[in-house]
Amino acid sequence: MSEKRNQVSRRQFLNYTLTGVGGFMAAGMLAPMVRFAIDPVLKTSAQSDMVAVADLSEISDEPTRIDWTIDQVDGWYESEVPKSAWVYKDENDDIIALSPVCKHLGCFVNWQGDESHPDQFYCPCHDGRYYKSGVNVPNTPPEEPLDEFEVRIDGQTLYLGQTKPHREA
Amino acid sequence: MLQKIYDWVDERVDITPLWRDIADHEVPEHVNPAHHFSAFVYCFGGLTFFVTVIQVLSGMFLTMYYVHDIENAWRSVYYLQTEVAHGQIVRGMHHWGASVVIVMLFLHTLRVFFQGAYKKPRELNWMVGVLIFFVMLGLGLTGYLLPWDNKAYFATQVTLEIAEGVPFVGEATKALLAGDPNIVGAQTLTRFFAIHVFFLPAALFALMAIHFIMIRKQGISGPL
Repeated sequence: MSEKRNQVSRRQFLNYTLTGVGGFMAAGMLAPMVRFAIDPVLKTSAQSDMVAVADLSEISDEPTRIDWTIDQVDGWYESEVPKSAWVYKDENDDIIALSPVCKHLGCFVNWQGDESHPDQFYCPCHDGRYYKSGVNVPNTPPEEPLDEFEVRIDGQTLYLGQTKPHREA
Repeated sequence: MLQKIYDWVDERVDITPLWRDIADHEVPEHVNPAHHFSAFVYCFGGLTFFVTVIQVLSGMFLTMYYVHDIENAWRSVYYLQTEVAHGQIVRGMHHWGASVVIVMLFLHTLRVFFQGAYKKPRELNWMVGVLIFFVMLGLGLTGYLLPWDNKAYFATQVTLEIAEGVPFVGEATKALLAGDPNIVGAQTLTRFFAIHVFFLPAALFALMAIHFIMIRKQGISGPL
């Protein structure tokens, strides 16, 4: 045999073949399991609809806490999950619905929660504060404004949907 | 690249002898199907191990969705089968593999028995093998209850009645297995789950290690 025809030795050929076949078998075994495990990342979550939460007559220009529940399907477990929002009418009579979740570390903020700062939202965990508009007060822990709920009004009923970043964020 | 990483590690901790001991060993002629086709009977031990690896892997992945609680067990299995991508395949591997592993184990046992490979000095390894067989049956038994469907429930009911039939210690055995003297329920399911995923696999891995170390020490039995 000439040198040219002997470039791949018998040992190398067997090595490549066995590694290839073995790799193919291992991949065939593991692929379904890996896809199975990463399913939550690839699943498209169904956007939940707008939920009727209050009558417009309950809303003033003072932020009011509105509580409601949504039906949540979590895999095989269905439950009602409580939600809340701080809702008020701004100077243009538009409805503003702010998420109560502090943008610092996720505690719940309260309207006028701190006596020395009336007309502000206050987070008791680290003294985070927000103006009535939801914009964070500079030099307090939060670095972004509170999230806003999607708002829809149908007749006299207020509907709220998902939260989205504040319009001034 | 890979060679460089290997060399870097090998230079420091000398791993070559480790894997050489495991991977580099002679296959005698009488065990090689290329020489005598009838030597294929030697494959069943390896196949048992291969299916066991599949069982361990698919079982690990199934626990990402499975819940061992009587309210949720069946629903979580139904969910992973119907909603999760490849859920049917992964659960199918575990379900059918559980039967295949017993078949392979049995064929391996037949080969060792009819070739007389269990004889001195390998009788100790035969005993370890029999223990592995019992552990495998235990895994099958405890795994059968986990889907918490009708078949699972009533099969376990029967199993526990059989355990109760043992003289003197029967009732205590049943209570120990079921977690309650009379009820097959919440406590039974959590117990069977714990036994299925922690206790028996630990015993299985230890026994398999002993089994394989002994094979390597004593070598494969000679030709007939």
